[in-house]
Amino acid sequence: MKISEIVEGLSLEVKSANVNLEKEVTGGYVSDLLSDVIANCKEGNIWITLQTHQNIIAVATLRELSGIILVNGKAPDADTIKKANEESIPLMASSLPAFEIVGRLYNLGIRCR
Amino acid sequence: MSLAAGYMKKGLGIHMMQNKETTMKGVFFLTGKDFANAGAASCELKTILEKMQIEQSAIRRAAIAAFEAEMNIIIYTPAGMMKYSITPDYVKVVFQDMGHGIEDIELAMTEGYSTAPDYIREMGFGSGMGLPNIKKNTDEMKISSAPGAGTTLEFIIKFKQERDNENIRDC
Repeated sequence: MKISEIVEGLSLEVKSANVNLEKEVTGGYVSDLLSDVIANCKEGNIWITLQTHQNIIAVATLRELSGIILVNGKAPDADTIKKANEESIPLMASSLPAFEIVGRLYNLGIRCR
Repeated sequence: MSLAAGYMKKGLGIHMMQNKETTMKGVFFLTGKDFANAGAASCELKTILEKMQIEQSAIRRAAIAAFEAEMNIIIYTPAGMMKYSITPDYVKVVFQDMGHGIEDIELAMTEGYSTAPDYIREMGFGSGMGLPNIKKNTDEMKISSAPGAGTTLEFIIKFKQERDNENIRDC
């Protein structure tokens, strides 16, 4: 499944530039601890978090994640959007909590893999 | 600029190619609390490993270990540096800092143990997983530290696959 299909299916707001939205999502990972994400996510995963600061982009870049979804109506910092655009990491946001986002991703066929 | 051009300054680091493109060395200077550039040195090291066509699993392990060590310098110390050397067989990365040192290294290596202040934890750092993550992802890891004397951490990740040096691309 592509990022663009997830954006549509979950009515996400794309906060970064519309780049890499056709990227294939291999699976999903949810965590707000950066060490947990960097150690346990898989390449191509979509990452669900409430962290909004710029260092989430470094984590996504280092682990080649397909995108980040910010939950609970959290807005990314301006620096985070800038870094997302520099590194071409799709950055999305939703007013829904993590539980709801993960449940809907699961319904779309996204798994932890 | 070609990798073979010897000394070059690119991104945050200073890099040097040696021995017919099989060995590369470089250094990055890291500033404490510089969250704007945090992770940049690790990202640059990852890019260099990719351009040298190192196997994917070694790049992933190096990226994880380097990020954790880099963040430790950013979070806990006023300044430090990250030095790397890539040979045909392994990548070695050394982190040296001007911090106040680690009192009990064994305790610091315990999963879940952290001295991070609340605002660092709110950012999702300071979960006490950093040093254990480095240990898990490297073939060798050494820490030397004393209160007041800073910390030196080094790790080695060995390559399993032979590299084809014909295919090294320009950096």
